[in-house]
Amino acid sequence: MAAVLESLLREEVSVAAAVRWIARSAQSSEDDPGEAAALSPLRPLRKEFVPFLLNFLREQSSRVLPQGPPTPAKAPGSSAALPGRPGGPPRGSRGARSQLFPPTQLPSPAAEVPSARRGGRRRGPGPARERGGRGPAGLEEGAGGEGLPWAASRRPRGSGSPGSPSLARSDPPNLSNLEEFPPVGSVPLGPAGTKPSRRINPTPVSEERSLSKPKTCFTSPPINCVPSSQPSVLDTSPWGHGLPPGCRSLQEEREMLRKERSKQLQQSPTPACPTPESGSPLPSRIGNLTAEPADPAGVSSHRRLELVALIYSSCLAENLVPNLFLELFFILQLLTARRMVAVKDSDLEPSPGALDSLESPLFQSVHDCVFFAVQVLEHQFQVLSCLDKGTLKLLAENERLLCFSPALQGRLQAAYESSVAKVSLAMPPSAQAVSFQPETDNRANFSSDRAFHTFKKQRDVFYEVLREWEDHHEQPGWDFEKGLGSRIRAMMGQLSAACSHSHFVRLFQKQLLQMCQSPGGAGGPVLGEAPDVLSMLGADKLGRLRRLQERLVAPQSSGGPCPPPTFPGCQGFFRDFILSASSFQFNQHLMDSLSLKIRELNGLALPQPEPSDEDGESDVDWQGERRQFAVVLLSLRLLAKFLGFVAFLPYRGPEPPPTRELQDSILALRSQVPPALDVLALLQQGLRARRAVLTVPWLVEFLSLADHIVPMLDYYRSVFTLLLHLHRSLVLSKEGEGEMCFLNKLLLLAVLGWLFQIPTVPEDLFFLEEGQLEAFEVDTVASEHGLDGMPVVDQHLLYTCCPYIGELRKLLASWVSGSSARSGGFVRKITPTTTTSLGAQPPRTTQGLQAQLAQAFFHNQPPSLRRTVEFVAERIGSNCVKHIKATLVADLVRQAESLLQEQLVMQGQEGGDPAQLLESLCSQLCPHGAQALTQGREFCQKKSPGAVRALLPEETPAAVLSSAEHIAVGLATEKACAWLSANITALIRREVKAAVSRLLRAQGPEPAARGERRGCSRACEHHAPLPSHLISEIKDVLSLAAGPRDPEEGVSPEHLEQLLGQLGQMLQCRQFLCPPAEQHLAKCSVELASLLVADQIPVLGPPAQHQLDRGQARRLLHMLLSLWKDNFQVPVPLQLLLSPRNVGLLADTRPREWDLLLFLLRELVEKGLMGQTEIEACLGSLREAQWPGDFSEELATLFNLFLAEPHVPEPQLRACELVQPNRGTVLAQS
Amino acid sequence: MILTKAQYDEIAQCLVSVPPTRQSLRKLKQRFPSQSQATLLSIFSQEYQKHIKRTHAKHHTSEAIESYYQRYLNGVGKNGAAPVLLELANEVDYAPSLMARIILERFLQEHEETPPSKSVINSMLRDPSQIPDGVLANQVYQCVVNDCCYGPLVDCIKHAIGHEHEVLLRDLLLEKNLSFLDEDQLRAKGYDKTPDFILQVPVAVEGHIIHWIESKASFGDECSHHAYLHDQFWSYWNSMGSNRRIGKPRMEEQLKI
Repeated sequence: MAAVLESLLREEVSVAAAVRWIARSAQSSEDDPGEAAALSPLRPLRKEFVPFLLNFLREQSSRVLPQGPPTPAKAPGSSAALPGRPGGPPRGSRGARSQLFPPTQLPSPAAEVPSARRGGRRRGPGPARERGGRGPAGLEEGAGGEGLPWAASRRPRGSGSPGSPSLARSDPPNLSNLEEFPPVGSVPLGPAGTKPSRRINPTPVSEERSLSKPKTCFTSPPINCVPSSQPSVLDTSPWGHGLPPGCRSLQEEREMLRKERSKQLQQSPTPACPTPESGSPLPSRIGNLTAEPADPAGVSSHRRLELVALIYSSCLAENLVPNLFLELFFILQLLTARRMVAVKDSDLEPSPGALDSLESPLFQSVHDCVFFAVQVLEHQFQVLSCLDKGTLKLLAENERLLCFSPALQGRLQAAYESSVAKVSLAMPPSAQAVSFQPETDNRANFSSDRAFHTFKKQRDVFYEVLREWEDHHEQPGWDFEKGLGSRIRAMMGQLSAACSHSHFVRLFQKQLLQMCQSPGGAGGPVLGEAPDVLSMLGADKLGRLRRLQERLVAPQSSGGPCPPPTFPGCQGFFRDFILSASSFQFNQHLMDSLSLKIRELNGLALPQPEPSDEDGESDVDWQGERRQFAVVLLSLRLLAKFLGFVAFLPYRGPEPPPTRELQDSILALRSQVPPALDVLALLQQGLRARRAVLTVPWLVEFLSLADHIVPMLDYYRSVFTLLLHLHRSLVLSKEGEGEMCFLNKLLLLAVLGWLFQIPTVPEDLFFLEEGQLEAFEVDTVASEHGLDGMPVVDQHLLYTCCPYIGELRKLLASWVSGSSARSGGFVRKITPTTTTSLGAQPPRTTQGLQAQLAQAFFHNQPPSLRRTVEFVAERIGSNCVKHIKATLVADLVRQAESLLQEQLVMQGQEGGDPAQLLESLCSQLCPHGAQALTQGREFCQKKSPGAVRALLPEETPAAVLSSAEHIAVGLATEKACAWLSANITALIRREVKAAVSRLLRAQGPEPAARGERRGCSRACEHHAPLPSHLISEIKDVLSLAAGPRDPEEGVSPEHLEQLLGQLGQMLQCRQFLCPPAEQHLAKCSVELASLLVADQIPVLGPPAQHQLDRGQARRLLHMLLSLWKDNFQVPVPLQLLLSPRNVGLLADTRPREWDLLLFLLRELVEKGLMGQTEIEACLGSLREAQWPGDFSEELATLFNLFLAEPHVPEPQLRACELVQPNRGTVLAQS
Repeated sequence: MILTKAQYDEIAQCLVSVPPTRQSLRKLKQRFPSQSQATLLSIFSQEYQKHIKRTHAKHHTSEAIESYYQRYLNGVGKNGAAPVLLELANEVDYAPSLMARIILERFLQEHEETPPSKSVINSMLRDPSQIPDGVLANQVYQCVVNDCCYGPLVDCIKHAIGHEHEVLLRDLLLEKNLSFLDEDQLRAKGYDKTPDFILQVPVAVEGHIIHWIESKASFGDECSHHAYLHDQFWSYWNSMGSNRRIGKPRMEEQLKI
C-alpha cells in the first residue's frame, strides 16, 4: 500500500489513474500503460489502499492533533511510530511500506480471506466495555502495540500499560479534553463541542484482546469523541452493551444502569469537569490554549501535500471512504490544529531525497497541516457550501483559511452570504404535553365493556407514568425502573387479552410519534422551566433565547461526528418503558404495529409538484410538501429505530461471540428467524422507485440498533451490500438528468456513513464489499417521478436527521473561542435583551395562548374538522399568493413597463444599460411589495370563512363554525404572509426583469409601428385573401418572370391588377397577417416593381405584344406606390429597386426603357418614400458596379436627368425620349 | 371535399421524382382538378421533403459538391443567362433552393477566407442582391423563386399558413365559447414546448376527448405519429376539410394521452 502512495508521490502514477484503480477493479482503457504496470502488481491490495491512506493520514497527523496518539518521533529509522505488534509483522507503518505485507496484516480484517470474514469479527475475550465505544481497540494497542497509534490514544491515556512505546513520551496536550477548557459560562461554545461532555469515568479494563482487531482505526475520528471507555447513552442502557460479562441478568444490568445514570446525572450539570481517570492524570492544559500561528511560507513540501490532498479528495469524491463527514471533521481538525508536539530537531530534518517518499513525515508543522486541510477543503467546496449558515460563517471567518487560500475564503464568504440554511442545533425536543386520543376511547373497538374499562384504566396509568417521568426524569437520583418499573409491569399484567395489547400498542405508538416528533422540529420547552415567563418575551426574544440555550447546551448533547445510536429526550421514556415492561406480548404487538406503520408511511404517495408550476407561485405549495416529506421521514426514522430496538432486543449482547464455533452456531440459529420487517424488499423497492431518500434514512435507523450477529446473516448482508452499492453510487459531483438532488445525496451519505461507523457494524464490511461493486445498477421504474430527483431535503432536515454534522460547526467554534484569548476572535457576545420593546406589538402571550386554544379546540372536534380547516388554510394561503401575483405584481409589472417606455423615449433609442434600467425600476417598485401583506391578509379574511362553511357539515354549531373560520383565516394568513414577506421582493424583481427583457427584445427595428395601426376596423369581416395565398401568387409571377418558362406561359395585366388590389385589401384587414409574411410581401412587391420597370413580366396575349403597355405599367406602379405608402407597416426595402441586380434587369431589355424607372424614382421622392439624397447615394454606388460600356453611359445619363429635374411634379415628358439620341448612337455602335 | 388516404397516396404516387417547380405543380393541377392548389402544394411539399430527407446526404459529400460546382462554373461560363443552376438541380433530383445553397456556400468558401456563417448564407438566399457575383445572384434567385418546396419564400408561406390557421382556430374557439390558453399564455406559465392551444375544459369530438389542439402548417410528420394517430388525423382531415370556414385541411388535433 505504501508503495502505491509512494509511486503517487513520485508522480509515477497520476492521481486520476490511482483513483480509477481503486474505484474499479477492472483496468480501464484510459490508463497509461506505465501507470498500469506500476499498479498491476499491487492489484491484490487494491481495496486496502483507502484504509491505508486514511490510516496514514491519521498517523501522520498524530503529532499535530495531540488528542490523537502520543506518537513517538517520526524520524526515519525510528520506527517507533508504529510499533510492531509482538508476534506479528508490523502493519501499516512507514517501516513496513516496502514490504508488501500480506493482506492479513492490514489494519482492517477486510484483508482476511473471505471465508474468514466472520472470524474477522471475532474479538478477544475482552471486557464488554471495550466494545461500547468507538475505538475499542485502543487498549490492546496501548499494551500490545497491535493497532494503529491514534486508535490507541483515542482512549484516555494511561489506561493501557504505561510502559508501552506509545506512551513513552510525555503526554501532549489534549485539546479535546473538555475539562481543560474554560467553563461553559465564560466561553459559550467551548471546545466541548469536540467531545461529548457527559464523560463518565472510564472503567479500567485489564484484559487484553490480543486477537482483536482495531475496531475503527481508520474510520473513527482521531479524537475519540466517544472514547471506548466512556459509555454512550446506548452503552449505559441495560441491554448489555458495555457491561462486563457476567452480570447479564436483567436486574444486575439495571442496577449497573442506574449507577451509570446517576453518575451521568451528577455530572451533567457540570459537564466540563469529568474526573480524570485514574492511572493517567491528564496534563494540565493551562498555557496550551494558544495556537501556533500557521503561515503558508512555512509549508515544508507543497507538492507532496498537494498530491496527498488530491488523492485523498478524489477518494472522498468517489465515496471510497466510509464516512464523508468524519473525514471533513478530520480535515477541520487539521485546519484548527493548535500546535505541533515538539519533536527533536533531528527528527524533523528530512533525509535528503526523501521528500517525495514516505520517509519523512507528511506533516512537519502546523503549517503543513493547515495547508493540507485547506487543499482538501478547496476540493470539497461543493459539500461545504451546503452546510448550514453558521458553519459557513465560521469557515469563512477562519483566519487560517483566509491566509492559505483567499480564493476559497471568498467563495465561502459568498456561499455564506447567499445561504438561507439557518439550522439550529437544538437538542431533540423533549416531552410535549400529553394529548388524549379520543378515537381510541371508542367503545366499539373493544370486545367487551370490561376490556374497554381495563383499557381506559391502563391509559390512565400510562399517562400517569408519563407525567411522572416528565416531572422527574431530570432530577438527579431519580430512576426509571425504581420509580415506575413496578407500576408499568402491573399495568402490563392487566393486559390479558390480545386485543387489549393491540389497543395499548396503538396508544403507545401514537404517543411516541406525537412526543418525539414535534411538528416544528426544534420545539421543546426553552430551558425546561418557567415557560410562562419565557413566553412573555415574545417570539423574537424567544428565538434569541433559544439560540443562547443552544450555545450553552447543544454541545453537550451529541457525541462527536459518529455518535452511537441514542434515545435522546423523551425517546428515552419509551425505551425505558419497553425495557421495564419486559413483556413479550407487548413487544410482539409493538413490532407488528411498528412494521405496519412503517410500511404504510414508506409507501405513502407523497404529493409532487406539478411540472407546470415551476415559477414562484408554487413555492408556497412546495414548501408544504417538503415539510410533509420531512414529517414522514422523521416519523419513519423514529418508528424504525424503535422497531430495530425491539426486534433485536432479545439478541443484544455485549460482544460478538468469542469463538468461531459459537458464532457459527448462533448464525445457524439466527438464519432461521425471519426478519421482523422485510427491509431488503423495501429497500429494493425504494431503489427501484427512486425513493431511496425516504427509505434509506429509516432503514439506517433500524439497522443501527442491530446486534453484532445481524450483519453476518445472509439476509442482512445483502441489505448492507445494497446500501454499500448505493453509497458508492452517490457521487456528489455527478449532476444531471435522473441524478439525485445534491442535498438528498448528502443526507444519504451522512446517514450511511454514520451507519458504517456503528460499533455493531463490522468495520471490514465497507472495504470488503468493495470488490463486488461494479455490477451495481438499479433498474429504476419511474425514474423521472421518484422522490430522489426532487429537492425534498433541506439543510434543516439534514441536520435534524444527522445532528452529528453539527460537530463540524462546534469544532470550528471551539477553535474560535480557543483562539479568541489571543486574537480577539469572532466570538459573538450575546447581548442581553429587555422586554421594553414589547409594548408596540400585541402581546405575544395572547398569540401563544391562542395557539393553545386552537389546539384544544381541535382536540374536542372530529378529526375531519381539523383536516378541513388545515386544508382550507393551505389552499387559501396558496391562492392568496397566486392572487397577489396576478393583481399587485402584475400591476407593478405594468407600471414598470410604462416607466421603461418613458425612459426609453427620454433616452432615445440606445436606452442605456439594461441592468441599470432594471435596478432603477426595481428600486422604485419593490417598496410597493409591502402592500402585498395587507392585500394578502384581506384576501384570506375574505375567502377562508366561505370555504370552511361550504366544507363543514350544515349542522355544525355556529360557535364551532365561527371558531373554525377564525382559525382557518389565521392559518391561511400566516401561511400567505410568511411566504409573501419572504419572497415578494424577489418575485417582483423577477417579474419586472422578465417584463423588461421582453420589452427590450420587442423594441426591435421600429417600436412606434406596433401601436394603434395594427388590426382592422371592427366592421371588417376578414374576407380578404390570406397572406399565404398572396405570397404564393406573387411568387408565381416572380418565378414566371425569372424563367425558365414555356412559350405559352404568362400573366394578364388584369391578373396583376387584381393581385395588387387583393394585396391592398389584405394589408388593410391584417387579421391573418404576421410580421414575417408582411416583410416578405414588402420585398416581393419591390421585386415586382423592378420587373415592371424593366418590363420583364411576360404578358399573356398575342405573341407580338408580349409586354405591358406603358399605361398599364404606370398604373400598376402607382398601385404599388400607394401600397408602400399607406398599407405596409413594416419597412419596405425600396433601396432594392436600385440594387445592381434589379437595375441589371434593364440591361437585358432591348430596347432599354428608362422612363419608368425615372418615373418611379420621382414618385418615390414625391411621396416621401425615399429621400432625394438616398436615391442619389444609391445611384452613385450603382455606377461603381461593373456594367457593359453602353449601359454605364445610359446610367450616367439617368443620374444626370434625375439630378437635373428634382421637383417636377408629374413627369409628363417621356424620359426615354430624352435619352433616345444617346441610345440611338449606342445601338448604332453595337 | 373529401380526401381519403387512398387519394393522398394516388397524388403522392404522381410525385415520385418530380422536380419541385411551378411546371410540376401545374401538371399536378391538371391531373387532379378537384383538389385545390394549396392542398396539392401541401402534399407535394410533404412528399418532396420526405424524398429530400432520404437523399439529402448524397448531395452533401465533398465530391458531389465539387462536381456540382464545376458543372455550374462550366455552365455559366458558356451562358450566364441560361438557367444553369436550376437545370442542374432538376437533373440531379435535388431541390433548387438547396442546390443554390450548396453552390453559394462553395462559392463563398472560394472567395472569402473565412467559411461563411449560416446567417450570412440565409440572408443572401433571402436577398440575392447581396451576393457579390451578379451571375450567381441571378442563378440563385431563379432557383429560389422556382422552388415550390424549399427556400425562404416557401418557408414564409408555410409560416403564414400556420399563423393563419392559428388565428382561424382561435376565432373558432372563441365562437364556440371554448375556454383556452394559447401558446403565449402557456409559455408565460413556463411551458417550453407547447401546443397552440390547451383547452381549459376538455371537449369530446366524435367520441374522442380533446385536451389540446395543435394546428400545423403542413401535414403532420408521419414518422413521429403512431399509426392510430395518423388515422385520427385523417378523420380530422375529412371533417375539417369540409368546413369552409377553416378552408384548408390542415387542422390536426391530437389526443393527449
